[in-house]
Parts: sequence; structure tokens; C-alpha cells
Amino acid sequence: MRYVLSVLVDNEPGVLSRVAGLFSGRGFNIESLNVAPTNEPGVSHMTVTTSGDSQIIEQIIKQLRKLVTVIKVVDFQELAAVEREMMLIKVQADDSRRGEVLRIADIFRCKVVDVSLVDLTLEATGDHEKIGAVINLLNRFGIKELARTGTMAMKRSMQRE
Amino acid sequence: MEYTGAAILMECLKDEGVEVIFGYPGGAVIELFDEMSRHGDALKHFLVRHEQGAVHAADGYARASGKPGVSILTSGPGATNAVTGIATAYSDSIPLVVITGQVATQLIGNDAFQEVDIVGITRPCTKHNYLVKDVKRLAEVVRQAFHLARSGRPGPVLIDLPKDVILAKTPFVKPGEVRMRSYNPNYKPNLVQLRRAAELLLRAERPLLLTGGGVIGSGASGIVTETAIKLNMPVVSTLMGLGGFPGTHRLWYGMLGMHGAYTANRAVTEADVLLAVGTRFADRVTGKLSVFAKQARIIHIDIDPTSIRKNVNVDVPVVADCRESALGLADLLAAGTVDENVAAARIEWLQRLDRYKEKHPLSYTQDGEIKPQRVIELLDRLTREKHEVVVTTDVGQHQMWAAQFFKFTRPRSFLSSGGLGTMGFGLPAAAGAQIARPNDLVICIAGDGSIQMNIQELASVVAAGLPVKVVILNNRFLGLVRQWQELFMKRNYVCTDLEGCEPDFVKLAEAYGATGLRVDDDDALEEALKTMLETPGPVLADVRVRREENVYPIIPAGKSLAEMIV
Repeated sequence: MRYVLSVLVDNEPGVLSRVAGLFSGRGFNIESLNVAPTNEPGVSHMTVTTSGDSQIIEQIIKQLRKLVTVIKVVDFQELAAVEREMMLIKVQADDSRRGEVLRIADIFRCKVVDVSLVDLTLEATGDHEKIGAVINLLNRFGIKELARTGTMAMKRSMQRE
Repeated sequence: MEYTGAAILMECLKDEGVEVIFGYPGGAVIELFDEMSRHGDALKHFLVRHEQGAVHAADGYARASGKPGVSILTSGPGATNAVTGIATAYSDSIPLVVITGQVATQLIGNDAFQEVDIVGITRPCTKHNYLVKDVKRLAEVVRQAFHLARSGRPGPVLIDLPKDVILAKTPFVKPGEVRMRSYNPNYKPNLVQLRRAAELLLRAERPLLLTGGGVIGSGASGIVTETAIKLNMPVVSTLMGLGGFPGTHRLWYGMLGMHGAYTANRAVTEADVLLAVGTRFADRVTGKLSVFAKQARIIHIDIDPTSIRKNVNVDVPVVADCRESALGLADLLAAGTVDENVAAARIEWLQRLDRYKEKHPLSYTQDGEIKPQRVIELLDRLTREKHEVVVTTDVGQHQMWAAQFFKFTRPRSFLSSGGLGTMGFGLPAAAGAQIARPNDLVICIAGDGSIQMNIQELASVVAAGLPVKVVILNNRFLGLVRQWQELFMKRNYVCTDLEGCEPDFVKLAEAYGATGLRVDDDDALEEALKTMLETPGPVLADVRVRREENVYPIIPAGKSLAEMIV
């Protein structure tokens, strides 16, 4: 089962290593990890995507909370949340293929951020599944390069009853 | 007035109530030692012969006194030598503050002489650690470090101090109360859970109290003992919990686990309500998890939320301080009543356990050779009336025999590396314990293998004039591994037979300036132990025991508590 955890941390040197070390040292999986400062000075926001059964996830959350530099951990399993990833993808697209690639880009509301005679670079944002779908569809044209962020997540203000 | 980092550190240490530092000097911390010497008796120093010994000594001091142990060590190898000691304390939740020197900040990362990333190395085996880059933050960091070390689930905290920070000057401002929004251990138990626990306990026909190291660490021993006696509830304990409940009491049924007493392991298997206090249900305690305490509803009290439901599923979790929880629970239990039928069933339960104990006591046979178990029994008998005793151990067969055959009646009387299982812990820990409790009798029970892992600390003990008694149960084997080889590897004694290649321990003791004595005759054993106890100053007794004696019961790794080999 895939879980998304939002972790608020003190932004001190080594905090990333503390979190990453916790996962590797205890044999937990990290599928993706996204870190950046928040608007509050000295505080960073990490979004960790992980997997495991409910007992493992419970341990992960408790172990994260136990780290002295961790301020808050939110588990999005029980909450309605907005999830986004972003991807830059360079696809082979000469004159004969460019139109088709652009049509797919359009369907997924991707932006064209770079173009050459032989390829196109697209910027795509969306949840985990959407990004996966874009990759699947573009695969047959030939993907030259791909970079994507981990998941970022935020609790929805209106929670379902 | 401006203070150097070194001076600020010493002021802060005194402020935290530190009286003694366990350390070893070196280039990176030379100014710290210089500054320390200016504080005279207010900051005493115990000089070890190896940094691992310093941390174990600080650890022994902490275990024996309940106060954080403090160690100052140099950078690089000084720091890496400390790692085993730090990991030992981390496994057993012992409060330590370890201060290491570091190369100057501008050199960090340049592979400078005696540079090592000790903060990186110790991240997974400290409760928290700091690299102080600004002398203005030093006082606050020291305050936080002590707060973290002793609060919540205690543990070691490391402070890495670069040379330039030690030398830098700044006005010294005493730090205020620690306020950390990311760290707030919960001491107060949840009343709803406590009520559920009390209900279960009042209705239990086969209740069992399991005490762990948390009972000792939190000072819950008194109230937990009282509660067990009031409820007429049998008690078993983990290795770390020994002494938390008096081992001489009729309700005491021994240590459970891999080398636990038959009765203790049966009791856990057959109990209908298990009240576990201050334990993390380690694998050496539970045996095969899928069948552990299968008949029991489990109440688990521990201050560390990660301990709960990590290994064992529990019915009533109480995440709080053991002492506060036990006090709250005692009130609720006092207000409740026990049904007549339940009370009758409990008497039957105790009788059942007594039958087990009668049928399968911890025992050994006597056959003319010195039996290690008898050495421990004699030590117990010879010291119980006369002394407050602290026993430290290394790790191996001798440790298990000490745990099984010495009757620990007070908390903080059995100091042993339970979690990490560190050979070489006993002697330096005994030094620390003796410093913490100068008037008590400190005995280090060791094996002939493990004593050699930190034998150099005999020099520190002699130099400081500490009257530590060391008893080596000498079987010329790495005994516990040999036992496994005998039972599980068809007696293929690979690398465990030390016959003929060990030092003469008596001469060794004498070379260090301690008294050495040897016993190899069972008839002379009691007299020899008496002589050892009566001889002033440090004494090392080399007791030549039966070579292939085994620790029983034993539960083979991966088997359930019911599958003991007795």
C-alpha cells in the first residue's frame, strides 16, 4: 500500500540525513522524497511517499515523530489531500511525430518548455497516476530524458464527512 | 565578561549537576582538559585507558546513580572508539552526554588530521546529536543535550565541539528553560486506557506483571512492587528489569526469555492478562512472536510510542511515564474490588506457578569441579546481609548465570549490557558505578573472554583506588558461543577454545597493581571469595570453572517460550 506522509522539520544541517537514515536503518521504503523550505524561517516541509502494511506505516510515523528535529507528521491516508508531482520529459519528436506528441501534451495540459528539430521537452504536473499515464503514452515515441519530483501533498481545507 | 567555549562548557556542566567526567585527552580537546583542571574538586575527572571504557564508565555511573553520565573525548579515533559505548547506552536507554572534540570548523570536510564525521556516524545510535558551529549557541545546546538525555525515554546525546568553538570567546549567558516545539515527551497516562487496564487486571484470573528496564529508569520500582503485592500478582522481569522487583519475594518467578526461568516463560505463555511495564518486547524476551503470550490480553506501559505495537500487538497501550502510570493504576485498582471467584482462581494460578518452580527450578549439579552457578550463589549469599551490592557483567554465559542466580533486591543493582550485548562493558561500568556509589560493594562478574575486551581499565581502576572486585568465571572458552556450537553445530568448536592461549590473570592483575587470586578447587571456593571480599582495594579473582557447563534453560533462536530446553 502506498502512503504519503507530510513531515514538518527543523531546517538544520543533517535533518535530511536523519530522516533518510531512519528509513534505511530500519528497512523502510522511500519511494519518493521531496524537501523544500516553507514560508516559516527555519522550517522545511518534506513529503515522503512510502509503502508497507498498516503496522509498518504506524512504526514509520512514530519513528519520525521521535526524531528530535521533526515537528509534525501528517498521514494523508485518512485525510482528503491535494497531491502533485512535476515532471520534465524530453521526447523524440521530429517533423513526422511532433504533431502527435503535442496532441498528447495538450490532452494532459502539459507545457512545452523546449523544442528542437528532433525533440520536445514537456513540463507536466499532476498526481502520481497522471504523471504515470503521460509517461506511458509518450513511451512509444522514445523518451530521451526524464526528471520528476517526488510527491508534494497538502491537506484539503474541506474534509469529507 | 567574555568566556571561552571551554569555560562555558564547564560552567554549563556544573550547572547541570555534573560532578565527574569520564574521559581521555587529545589534541582537539586539550583546552577542555586545561579548563576542567581549574575547577578542582567541583569537576572531578576519571581517566580511562581507552575511549570505549570512558563511555562505559559514564554509563555505569548513570545506571548506578540515575544521573546522566558525562564523557569528554578527543576527535577522530577518540570519537570512533566511543561509538560502541554510545550504542550500548542507546540500546538500554541510559542518559549520557558525550562531548567530542572536532577539527576547527574551517577544516571540517578537508580530511584533516584526526577528523571524522562523528555526528554522521552516531546519528543512528544517539537520541540526538549536535555539531556546534557557533560558540554563542553552546550553552543552549548543552542545556538541551542534558534535557534530551534524561527526559522521556532517556538516551545518549553527543555534542561535537570544533577546536575554534572551544577557543572562541563570547559573553556567557545562562540558558533558560528548554523549550523545543518538536520534543515534548508525554508523561501523563491517558485515563481511559488506565481504566481499561484496571478493569482487565481486576477481572484477571491469571494476571502477570512483567517489569522491564523502564521500571528502574523511571523510579517506578516502589509503586510497581506495592501494586503486585496488593493484587497478589506474580512478577517476572526482563534482563534489564532485574532488581525492579525484589528477587527474594515469594511473588517473584524469575527472568523470562531466551535463558529465562522455566516458570517465568510458562507464566507468560499461560497468563490471561499481562501487564508489561517499561519493556520494548525485544526478541530475546519474546521468542517466537506469533505465539508470544497468546492467551493474554496485554497492557503495555511505555514512554516511547515506538515501543508500542512494534513487536507485540497490545490490547491496552499506555504511552506515558512508567511511574506516573503505575501510580494512576494503583489508585484505580485500590478503588476496585476483586470478585471471590477471581480471587480463588488467582490462588490456584500462584499454586500452578509454584508447582512449575518446584518441578523445574534453576538448578545445577555438583560434581567436584567448580560450578559457575555456585560461584554466583555464593557471592549472593556472602554479600546479601552485609552490603549494598552493585553487580556489573560483561556478556555471555557468566552474564546469564549472574542474572539467574544472584537475587537482586534493589533497583540499580544489576548493570549489564542488555540490548547491544557488549562484551567488555563490565569492568569500566564497575568503575563508574563505584564512583557513583563509593560506599557500596561493586562486583564485576566477567568471563575470561570478555574481560580481555577492556582489561586495560584495570589500570584506571587501580590508579583511582577504586575497590572494585572482579570475578572471572574462567572456562577457557568463549562459553556462550561454544554452547551454541555444542547444541546446534555438532560440537564444532570453531574459534571458541582459548585453552593455553590466555594470560595468567593473577599475574596480570598484579602487573596492573591489583590483587590477584586464583581458585581451582571447589572446596576452597567459599574461602577464596571471602578473601576477595575482605581484601581492600581492587581484587581480581580468577575462578577456574567447569569448562563445558551450559546455561539452561535455553530457547533456540526463533522458537517459542514454551519450547525451552531445560
